[in-house]
Amino acid sequence: MNTLTDTTTFDLQSSTLREVNRALHVPGVAGAFSIRNPRGAHALAAGVNAELEISIEGHVGYYAAGMNQQAAITIAGNAGVGVAENMMSGSVRVTGNASQSAGATAHGGLLVVEGDAAARCGISMKGVDIVVGGDVGHMSAFMAQAGRLVVRGDAGEALGDSIYETRIYVRGSVASLGADCTVKEMRPEHHEELAALLAAAGYLEDDTHAYTRYGSARQLYHFTVDNADSY
Amino acid sequence: MTEQATAHGLRESATFDQSTMAEIRRAAATGVYDIRGGGSKRRLPHFDDLLFLGASMSRYPLEGYRERCGTDVLLGTRFAEQGVKPMHLDIPVTIAGMSFGALSGRAKDALGRGASAVGTSTTTGDGGMTDEERGQSKHLVYQYLPSRYGMNPDHLRMADAIEVVLGQGAKPGGGGMLLGQKITSRVAKMRTLPEGIDQRSASRHPDWTGPDDLTIKIQELREITDWQVPIYVKVGASRTYYDTKLAVHAGADVIVVDGMQGSTAATQEVFIEHVGIPTLAAIPQAAQALRELGMEREVQLIISGGIRHGADVAKAMALGADAVSIGSAALIALGDNDPRYAKDYEALGSAAGYFDDYQDGTDPSGVTTQDPELQMRLDPEAGGRRLANFLRVMTMEAQTIARACGKSHIQHLEPEDLVALTVESSAMARVPLAGTSWIPGSATGY
Repeated sequence: MNTLTDTTTFDLQSSTLREVNRALHVPGVAGAFSIRNPRGAHALAAGVNAELEISIEGHVGYYAAGMNQQAAITIAGNAGVGVAENMMSGSVRVTGNASQSAGATAHGGLLVVEGDAAARCGISMKGVDIVVGGDVGHMSAFMAQAGRLVVRGDAGEALGDSIYETRIYVRGSVASLGADCTVKEMRPEHHEELAALLAAAGYLEDDTHAYTRYGSARQLYHFTVDNADSY
Repeated sequence: MTEQATAHGLRESATFDQSTMAEIRRAAATGVYDIRGGGSKRRLPHFDDLLFLGASMSRYPLEGYRERCGTDVLLGTRFAEQGVKPMHLDIPVTIAGMSFGALSGRAKDALGRGASAVGTSTTTGDGGMTDEERGQSKHLVYQYLPSRYGMNPDHLRMADAIEVVLGQGAKPGGGGMLLGQKITSRVAKMRTLPEGIDQRSASRHPDWTGPDDLTIKIQELREITDWQVPIYVKVGASRTYYDTKLAVHAGADVIVVDGMQGSTAATQEVFIEHVGIPTLAAIPQAAQALRELGMEREVQLIISGGIRHGADVAKAMALGADAVSIGSAALIALGDNDPRYAKDYEALGSAAGYFDDYQDGTDPSGVTTQDPELQMRLDPEAGGRRLANFLRVMTMEAQTIARACGKSHIQHLEPEDLVALTVESSAMARVPLAGTSWIPGSATGY
């Protein structure tokens, strides 16, 4: 561990994952942390529950920033499966691409992926806001319950399959919509909401009129045999 | 059979019996498959098909009520040196995971009281941790489920163990469906979904796709909890031998195997009765897998699915379990299906002892409902006392059998203490048919 002016620096070439996460979990911990040479480590900065600023310099493996609470975490690189999974609050920013299940089941906070996100981005999301600079893969927002997903690029097949109350905004094309997902009107409040999300993610130049809103048709909220072909 | 049918000498078809024909008529009328709670109702090879060989000449029994027979169990010892704190329970009978939503808050409260009174654990379920159960449960296992309803890292850190649920004995491979009538504002809020809509529980975890991913998921859970609490992995009994091996490789401290007699809050009848394998058939598979990995007793095995009394506890442990879990039996101890509500059950078209429509939210006993008035029928203190009594009885019964087999601790029971009554149970449990030394299939090995 090397202490700079007001930033604590860890280098995973010389420190273990356990040492890093333990330091981030110390009760009352505060300040900024820089983590170098992550080299694809899994569960890096997982379970943080403090208003920390954490900068990870390089690519990370699975579940980086998993279940984050309060911290602002930047990953300068690509992220593996389940980045920011079940995040409760705070923010996570990935400057590169994210693998599948980015922001899975997350309850709150903001996840920004500047590049592309793979399949099942926002799967079962429960209140998180996700902004993807590029494309998202198939089955994104599958069974998404609450929160907002913004896609500045294109979306893959079966977008929003079995979606509940999540609102999805896509600027590009959508390969196909999943069961019970439908195009919805962009009313003024949606332009306002989208603009705020884009601003929070740092995309101030986007025209919200270029986006289409998708959400649940709410036809599958109660099981009926007449809908059996939809399942 | 009606008197008229008897008078005419009519004979019921074994294939198309009355309940089968009733189900065909119901399906034809509604176009929807039958959804119900509970576990399998068909006759399956079970613990009743096994007997203990009490001591006579070749074994030396212990004195009942005089010589000590230990009942405590340590769960989660595998990584104790790395800081994981094993759970030390006074008895080897734990309370299985059951969701708030399926169960009332007062039922959760009662389970916590009963379990804590006898030094054992309760388990959360789909929907998250309630204040009632954390408040009342001295030892609480927090389930990490595919739906992740109510999943909260604060609760992970408040738990005494974490149970990663991959399957349930009543429905291996299946998710759940909590119907809208049970979705009160509290349940809806905990699950981040609108009030009153049907809530589907996923059948698979959203952010991993196989055993290799599970290894990394367990690592994440350990990192989040700073390697403080044991990680259980729960599977529905099906390919138990392979599932157990993979769970051990993935890093589990404890394997929980739920047999097909295990209950559910609600799923398709056809699923309950036709998917999975009996508890009896699953235990030897899991025990063999642990033995082959050199992990017997180091990774503990919990068995659930149709455990009803101390003999079942003793038999499960003799076959290789370190502990057992009960669900249905615990609910019955609380008052579920109690004859004192016979008229109410009949008004629902059921009868006390037969009620299994837990999904409807109309349970007269107040155990499996969110109805505020029905819930009040269950007094958590009285329910907790009944459960504690029942758990004590189960434990004493198991001790009685263990002493008769000459064991000073329940965990010392072994397959050699058992014989089977039927060829089927002999083959499944891998103990000899009574009066013989024959175990079907033993010549070819397992």
